[in-house]
Amino acid sequence: MRGLRYFIDEHRGTLLAAAIFALMFTLYVTNHPAGFTPNVVQTAANKGVLLALVAIAQTFVVLTAGIDLSVGMIFILTNCVASYLVVGGLVSTTGGILAVLLTGIICGAINGAIVIFGRLQPIVTTIATGAVYYGIALWLRPNPGSTDDFNGDLADALTGKVFGVVPAGLVFLLGIIVVIWLPFRRSILGRAVYATGSSEVAAYMSGVPILRAKMLAYVLSGLLAAVGGLFLTFFTYSGEASLANGNTYTLYSIAAVVLGGVSLFGGRGSAVGAIFGALAFRAIGDLLFVFDLDPLWQPLFQGTVLLVAVSLGSARLFRVRNRLDLFS
Amino acid sequence: MSDLPQAKSSWTSRIDVPVATAFGCIILLLLIGSIYSTNFLSPAYLLQQLKVGAFLGIIATGMMLVILLGQIDLSVPWAVTMGAMMASAATAYGPWGEALAIPFGVLVGVCLGLVNGFGVAYLRIPSMIVTLAVNSVAQGLMVAFTGGFSPQDSASTAMKFLGAETTILGLPNAVLVWIVVGVLAVTLLNRTTFGRAVYGIGNRERAAYLSGIPTQRVVMLAFALSGGLAAFAGVLLAGYAGKAAQSMGDAYLLPAIAAVVLGGTSILGGRGSYVGTVAGVILITLLQSILSVVQMAEFGRQIIYGVVIIAMLLLYGREKRFS
Repeated sequence: MRGLRYFIDEHRGTLLAAAIFALMFTLYVTNHPAGFTPNVVQTAANKGVLLALVAIAQTFVVLTAGIDLSVGMIFILTNCVASYLVVGGLVSTTGGILAVLLTGIICGAINGAIVIFGRLQPIVTTIATGAVYYGIALWLRPNPGSTDDFNGDLADALTGKVFGVVPAGLVFLLGIIVVIWLPFRRSILGRAVYATGSSEVAAYMSGVPILRAKMLAYVLSGLLAAVGGLFLTFFTYSGEASLANGNTYTLYSIAAVVLGGVSLFGGRGSAVGAIFGALAFRAIGDLLFVFDLDPLWQPLFQGTVLLVAVSLGSARLFRVRNRLDLFS
Repeated sequence: MSDLPQAKSSWTSRIDVPVATAFGCIILLLLIGSIYSTNFLSPAYLLQQLKVGAFLGIIATGMMLVILLGQIDLSVPWAVTMGAMMASAATAYGPWGEALAIPFGVLVGVCLGLVNGFGVAYLRIPSMIVTLAVNSVAQGLMVAFTGGFSPQDSASTAMKFLGAETTILGLPNAVLVWIVVGVLAVTLLNRTTFGRAVYGIGNRERAAYLSGIPTQRVVMLAFALSGGLAAFAGVLLAGYAGKAAQSMGDAYLLPAIAAVVLGGTSILGGRGSYVGTVAGVILITLLQSILSVVQMAEFGRQIIYGVVIIAMLLLYGREKRFS
């Protein structure tokens, strides 16, 4: 019983995000004209997976009490790279995918190096590097386009359904959790990331390798953003250097992370929460369509929901006993 | 922290490294430009740059206030657009509407800023989140209001007068407006308790609160000012272009932050001078202008833009280890 209470306490944000998602998705599905069919779920999942991947990328950096405003641009850049390289047969496709992931890792490492060794604030650093990444993307793809021998089979496999029921994207997300998130969470460096985010000074005093931890967080962030870019390519079969898309994904990733219970002050939250946050955010956006309202109202609706959702976080103020705690 | 704002003995002691470096870079940019074309040093070109920079300057003034608090205002894009659209829309309502167009546009921005400030100061939501959310709400309102198209209402005569025309001494009116805003900002920051409180809160809100500063009210007011200034810049921009357009404010968020930070204001708050922000604004404007004059492709502009900001910050914007 006691263990359960600790578990709930530790994962409150994640559980809340899961609950919000369950509620929104139920609303969505029960009002959808086609109902709860694999196709409806697949469409919803595919939109959610993209944001979920970028949100996981954001989570790593936010855990260190930083912020990555370049995730959307890395996402766009890797999308453009992938639209050239994920081509042909098995060998060249694998090589292409590795190159795309490497691009993301390099972008993340550059962010990390500037923040750690240059000692600049993450927010300004990533604004500036984001401009650079977008510039490179624009150089690669001045116009949206694709390559002729793009590997469509792989793309279809990863965006389709497993056994005709489960969306492959969701299975892939589960794979990311198992292969990247859980080992990270259990590793020493993973703990160091949490410690650094909670209190950098205390972590430093305790001999935690804060520099390596931060670097790992930025590199993983770049990697996940690249996975997202890869997935975007699988959906669209093409690359596009869209500034609006990049900005939107950066902003939505922050929203998803907050909805998912990851603290922007660092040191608290999980990628699982971020995934639920992303899926919930997408479900909220789609609600308008099933209720058949004018699409013109969608931005206002989504913005209002976002504002209300983040205001809910201030419920903690009721538990503040000492006014001074407000300012910590 | 060793570099708290000290008692200022003389005006010269206020000149610090970032500001000097920023001005040095401005001169360097002008020299590079003049190698390319002699027009770069002509008064007409320089005035034109100041005019273009004035809009950014007004936005950066509000942004600086907020950054001095250790916060950030990401609602600038749609505060600008909303100010422009609302002022233009008011113009369509007869003579009264036309007369009140500018105050109405600014008021809308102030309201937006008040929502931001309320969220940050009283609900204690991180400013990055609340301003982001308010930005999307403002966008939603404007998309629903205009139907997603650029509105047909055109700017009022007064807006055009302030935004586009030139009256005395050959100085564009927009530059004069920026000078007025700048003088007010310097006075506000250095000569009033409000300004002192802003620096105090930026350094440590707890300490400021314990010293008897109504910190929450100050924070809310600063956000209101930022929203109002962004909307005011939008009003002027609408006057400059003749009318408002969808997402006309998008191009101003990052340059505004970059200008403030390049001017030596710490993104963590509490440190920075308005002269630096002016230098930052001119620097950004010149950089953008030179890149477009040499007909650099858009991708190259973005890359150079980012690299220059990083390089300059690495020169002098580095934080101390564990401040």
